[in-house]
Amino acid sequence: MMRHLISAADLTRDDAVLILDTAEEMARVADRPIKKLPALRGRTVVNLFFEDSTRTRISFEAAEKRLSADVINFAAKGSSVSKGESLKDTAQTLEAMGVDAVVIRHGASGAPYRLATSGWIDASVINAGDGTHQHPTQALLDAFTMRRRLVGRDAGLGQDLAGKNVTIVGDILHSRVARSNVDLLHTLGAEVTLVAPPTLVPVGVEHWPCEVSYDLDRVLPKSDAVMMLRVQRERMNAAFFPTEREYSRRYGLDGDRMAKMPEHAVVMHPGPMVRGMEITAEVADSDRCTVVEQVANGVSIRMAVLYLLLGGNEPAVTHSRTEEK
Amino acid sequence: MDSQDSGVARPVLEGPDIARVLTRIAHEIVERAKGAEDVVLLGIPTRGVFLGRRLAAKLEEITGRKIPVGSLDITMYRDDLRMHPPRALARTDIPGDGIDGRLVVLVDDVLFSGRTIRAALDALNDIGRPRAVQLAVLVDRGHRELPIRADYVGKNLPTSLRETVKVQLAEEDGRDAVLLGAKPTAPAGER
Repeated sequence: MMRHLISAADLTRDDAVLILDTAEEMARVADRPIKKLPALRGRTVVNLFFEDSTRTRISFEAAEKRLSADVINFAAKGSSVSKGESLKDTAQTLEAMGVDAVVIRHGASGAPYRLATSGWIDASVINAGDGTHQHPTQALLDAFTMRRRLVGRDAGLGQDLAGKNVTIVGDILHSRVARSNVDLLHTLGAEVTLVAPPTLVPVGVEHWPCEVSYDLDRVLPKSDAVMMLRVQRERMNAAFFPTEREYSRRYGLDGDRMAKMPEHAVVMHPGPMVRGMEITAEVADSDRCTVVEQVANGVSIRMAVLYLLLGGNEPAVTHSRTEEK
Repeated sequence: MDSQDSGVARPVLEGPDIARVLTRIAHEIVERAKGAEDVVLLGIPTRGVFLGRRLAAKLEEITGRKIPVGSLDITMYRDDLRMHPPRALARTDIPGDGIDGRLVVLVDDVLFSGRTIRAALDALNDIGRPRAVQLAVLVDRGHRELPIRADYVGKNLPTSLRETVKVQLAEEDGRDAVLLGAKPTAPAGER
């Protein structure tokens, strides 16, 4: 594993499986009376959020605190950034304070990469979402949720998602979640199909390791997991579809459509959900919907990533599992 | 601790010896814990877990009661965590009724520096408050670096630091044995 986590595409299959296996052990800490592990004692982690985010920031903060790290939260609003400070100066300020890792969310695609490779800081950089580029911990927690539901908690240890069919539906164009998931799921051996109106499919998608379809009803019967994405109005500056009602009728998931999915298949959503738009309340509240589980799994996955990047004197190497025997 | 490559590893305990030793330890536990009524066995991964399960089976034979048995991963409590790349985690599995107010017997294969057991005591601290903690090991090879001793010892094996002790168990290695070998001419101070 590298020193930074910038893109889901950088992970090898073994890296990804090691993260999922580690998360499985981390998840068990949540059931204990003392939900705390000493692995990052004395390490300082900064949550550097240039873009609004509640669930990702809270999830990272919970993970850092459960591993006993010292946590500094930095929100761009009301900080020196709103006075005009550049990313470089912010980074150097943090470096001078001696931070060990920076968890960064930025509106500009590529900002975490710039931070990691510019030489401005020595700290590990973890991408918590950059523009429409990547959101690797989201992809990892989605893969973790799928492995737990489709393969099994203990049966899944050491396993990937080979042969599973995953359908990602909705605003692919603006979605870093979709991009990260396509990369990671492909690495883990799953078959991914993207379903969206043609206007919400990005240019160059034919080079992605996945299929594209415009017909949700045809894809549903052979899906093991269906991931619904939110239509990101805040990133839309043009008319991508005629009306919300039409979008919802063609690409929304309701009870009738869910009935077409195989018995074992699950419905996923990275949140926040817009009920009545991409998903109906009936589906969102059914026990096939993993939204709440995904939030809990997010903490476990982020604990695993933080431990594997920061827990030792250098990042974990994937062959350590076999080497130790 | 791998000694296979040196080729001169000599068995000091074989399968039947290990079975006999575990039977004796089980009887000692029953005797010292006055019937072993509140005993919880926690094995330290990897091989301590298998030894813990075998001990539990023997205790069940003797007492006729079900003995809670689990595992305790100490990886994140190690004092050398910062000196190596992060290790893969093993399973911590605490039996349903927990450890509060009970007699916890930690089970490990080899007692050496004592640092693993110190880490295990720290790990226990985050899980509950046992009535008492005792330690059972298959082999005590000496060279303690901390004030820690075992309550139940399968075999005391005086060794030099140039020797290696390797426990093999059927569950993991396909056979039962304790092997004493010479360290391949590597710089001392490993582990």
